[in-house]
Amino acid sequence: MSMSPVEGVALAEVESGGDADAPKEEKGFVGRSPGQLAWLRLRGDRTAMVSGALLVFFVLVALSAPLIELLYGIGPSDQFQHKLDRFGMPLGYAGGVSGDHFFGLEPGLGRDIFIRLVYGLRTSLLIAFAAAVITAVLGIALGALAGYLGGWLDAVINWVTDLVLAMPFLIIALALTPTLTLRFYGERDAVSPAFGVGVLIAVFAIFGWTSTARLVRGQVIALREREFVEAAKASGAGLGHMLFRQLLPNIWAPILVSFSLAVPQFITSEAALSFIGVGLTEETPSFGRMIYQSLVYLQTDPAFVFFPGVAIFALVFAFNLFGDALRDALDPKSSR
Amino acid sequence: MARFLIKRIFSAVLTLFAVSVLTFLMFFALPRDPVSGMCPKNCNPERLERVRQELGLRDPLVTQYAGYMKGIFTGRDLGSAQGGRCDAPCLGWSYVNNEAVLDTIARVLPVTLSIVIPAAILWLLLGVGLGMVSALRRGTWLDRAAIGFSLTGASLQLYFVGAVLLLVFVYNLRWLPVPSYTSIFDNPVKWASGLVLAWVALAFLFSAIYARLSRAQMLETLSEDFVRTARAKGLAKRTVYGRHALRAAITPVVTIAGLDVGAALGGTVITETTFGIQGLGRTAVEAVRAGDLPTIMATVLISAVFVVLANVLVDLLYAAIDPRVRLG
Amino acid sequence: MSVGDEPLLRVRGLGKHFPVRSGPRGRGLVRAVDGLDFDVRAGETLGLVGESGCGKTTTGRMLVRLLEPTAGSIEFAGRDITHAGRRELRPLRQDLQIIFQDPYASLNPRHTVGRIIAMPLLVNGIDPPGGVKARVRELLELVGLNPEHYNRYPHEFSGGQRQRIGIARALALRPKLIVADEPVSALDVSIQAQVVNLLRDLQRDLGLAFVFIAHDLAVVRHFCQRVAVMYLGRIVEIGDRDDIYERPQHPYTRALLSAVPDVTTLGPAGRIRLAGDVPTPLNPPSGCRFRTRCWKARDICAAEEPPLVPRDGGNQATACHFPESGPAGAGSGPAGAAPAAAGTGASVEEVSR
Repeated sequence: MSMSPVEGVALAEVESGGDADAPKEEKGFVGRSPGQLAWLRLRGDRTAMVSGALLVFFVLVALSAPLIELLYGIGPSDQFQHKLDRFGMPLGYAGGVSGDHFFGLEPGLGRDIFIRLVYGLRTSLLIAFAAAVITAVLGIALGALAGYLGGWLDAVINWVTDLVLAMPFLIIALALTPTLTLRFYGERDAVSPAFGVGVLIAVFAIFGWTSTARLVRGQVIALREREFVEAAKASGAGLGHMLFRQLLPNIWAPILVSFSLAVPQFITSEAALSFIGVGLTEETPSFGRMIYQSLVYLQTDPAFVFFPGVAIFALVFAFNLFGDALRDALDPKSSR
Repeated sequence: MARFLIKRIFSAVLTLFAVSVLTFLMFFALPRDPVSGMCPKNCNPERLERVRQELGLRDPLVTQYAGYMKGIFTGRDLGSAQGGRCDAPCLGWSYVNNEAVLDTIARVLPVTLSIVIPAAILWLLLGVGLGMVSALRRGTWLDRAAIGFSLTGASLQLYFVGAVLLLVFVYNLRWLPVPSYTSIFDNPVKWASGLVLAWVALAFLFSAIYARLSRAQMLETLSEDFVRTARAKGLAKRTVYGRHALRAAITPVVTIAGLDVGAALGGTVITETTFGIQGLGRTAVEAVRAGDLPTIMATVLISAVFVVLANVLVDLLYAAIDPRVRLG
Repeated sequence: MSVGDEPLLRVRGLGKHFPVRSGPRGRGLVRAVDGLDFDVRAGETLGLVGESGCGKTTTGRMLVRLLEPTAGSIEFAGRDITHAGRRELRPLRQDLQIIFQDPYASLNPRHTVGRIIAMPLLVNGIDPPGGVKARVRELLELVGLNPEHYNRYPHEFSGGQRQRIGIARALALRPKLIVADEPVSALDVSIQAQVVNLLRDLQRDLGLAFVFIAHDLAVVRHFCQRVAVMYLGRIVEIGDRDDIYERPQHPYTRALLSAVPDVTTLGPAGRIRLAGDVPTPLNPPSGCRFRTRCWKARDICAAEEPPLVPRDGGNQATACHFPESGPAGAGSGPAGAAPAAAGTGASVEEVSR
């Protein structure tokens, strides 16, 4: 999934190189763009391929959650009270792991952990990807403008960045989420799960853009005095051409890396927010919420802590591995 | 230098001011009625109204804000229901906790300091040490193990690590007591044994990040010309790596460490929640849940002060270490 | 081609002052370029020579408006473009292009050669007859590259080839004047000659005017019809090539020419060695800026700045209180020794081979 941007860059550069009506036999002259070279390096990196495959697997699982539900025969809200003992603990070993319930049952409500994890993956990936895309767009736009134009705009954006960094994220998010929710729903209204997800993405977007903006600003400042930029300026290029045609194609690599490392960060943050009890509604399955609920059962049902904990670790680990490999592929000078 | 300092401090004060205004506004945007949470049982409408009056909630926002800020710098009179005269720095009175906010902060801030400072020392030593060793022994099994460790640590969640630590050391092996806070001045052993799991959990995750960072920095420094020159001059490996390379490599690590410690001092929400220790972070979370504005303001401002202060210190340190940084 | 009365480019009193913060107190003003006057007629090549730091690159960037002049005026084709905005400038951009020094930094590494050369057409919304691609191929052929290479990336080319790509880009809009900022100084000597010859052929075939910025006097002599010598932000001497090279009047010009390596005379004979370093433009010497290193300096040189005035009724103008007369080599060097036929050109021959 996250491999496609690399591919996209490479393809875009191939396409833009010549016109569509180029005769076929000229293929031999097509040069290898820096993007293609990075793609080749990535292809040769075993860690990248394994972690990339793992990510594709996760994304496929998340996308096909309803299909898995159908095959598995159990929904995320189904309760199996009859499989719990009179204290509400699941019967059987390791939290009730069996052929019917791969990862056992939740104590108390008796819901199936496996299918809740599948749906939790869907929630986490959706929030993380959406937040990462929005923060990347915001950060690129603001950072590029600040870096290229400089002056008061730069000063203002820098100051806002400092301000956002000074706000304690978890506490503010904790205060902001119910505020936003109550703006749209009354005190007693049932909040739709989709809205909860939307609010969380919005909160991440407000706080998340600064690091990308800083990165892009620094890169743009480093590039804007380069002669190829001046050449475009001397030809009368406008702001849009300068930013999107001349500057941005040269800073895709660090942006891509920061994007691939931002996704696991948002997964973690979503879990952390759910953990301190904000964010999503009760019926939305999410990794953080499961862990939060499970901690009470740490002594009595450790398996309930174990499965969500390992699932979120595997997901974040795969992203971090891939992000590292991507960095190496895009910047051959970097160490490994 | 003086000019740079003044400019930097001015911008820091401006940031803090904006943080306080934003927090104030955000709280009042909360549609929840702050009084209903604070009023003792059997509240009748008259009493509620009286509490509102006393809290000044009927005043315009600007007046309320001005009163709050005045309290911080000169102290103010809060009325008999709120403990009477409140000396500077007055952070207000919390109806929820039934005490002056300053007292709450004085109680919980040492807890957070006790968690963060030893943990920070631990993670810096462990992280930077590991990063350096792994850079110098690049490509060996040691390096690979360090990379594995740091990638694993960077992908783990604090509450998960905390839960596993609790399960193993407290509930199963019973080596440690259930985490709690005791003042270091009352009983240092109890202080340490009550917090050691929190230190280990924090240090594990952070040292992973620092190991990665310092390894990358060290490798970059080692490939630079001045290090090669020093080696070619015939200086001993130990001198070159220890004195020349380490100093250059550690500067960015120090920068990030300063910011991380600053942010952590503002409240280690997750750590405190996981281990059930009542520090600044947990207090803030509870204040938000209860709609306790004076406590929210105080906790947010204090954590903002830590971050901003750390920012300024890092900038100054950077300017002192790196002569290329222009103090313009 | 209206060679004659109206110059294509008319520069008057051009100056660029950079404010700098220096030290703990106060700020200074670097006068990188200070009061330049010169004209370039259509199809004419003007060489701008001087040591590094004398302001010639700053001048070049001001001419194409990459830098904003702080004083004086630039007129191009009869229109004042000193402070014209991007929109007003747009029609003139097509006539006024620049070639950069560093062929590695001047091409966007993420663009194909075709895209780089087509960029000026693209940003100006020009659709040449036969299409952009045909024009790009034509340009590649014009600068001596394989037109089939338009799909390649800059990193696949050598320095000389990259500079040809930069030239093709500058030619894309069919300009009337090209500012070439040390176009060959980053190249190997063997490649330099090829690129200079290419520029000369293009200049002749297309009737281009050039402002050719260089520190290599041999290259300038080979390429330029007129030469202006700059020192510390000012023009100290300007004139036709033969006058400048054979009858330099300013002591600085003489010193520069005497430093041109000449294979016909071995050894340091006749070399004028200038004492000291170039003074800082932050605080240039009073009066004549060259006086601190000039062996002929008198009191008047410190008191009065010599104007750039024509001598001998010709095209040659010199800013010196005590101009030399007579051909190069016959003048008085600091040691009195005759600098042997400076720059008569074995090195030039090599270039023009």
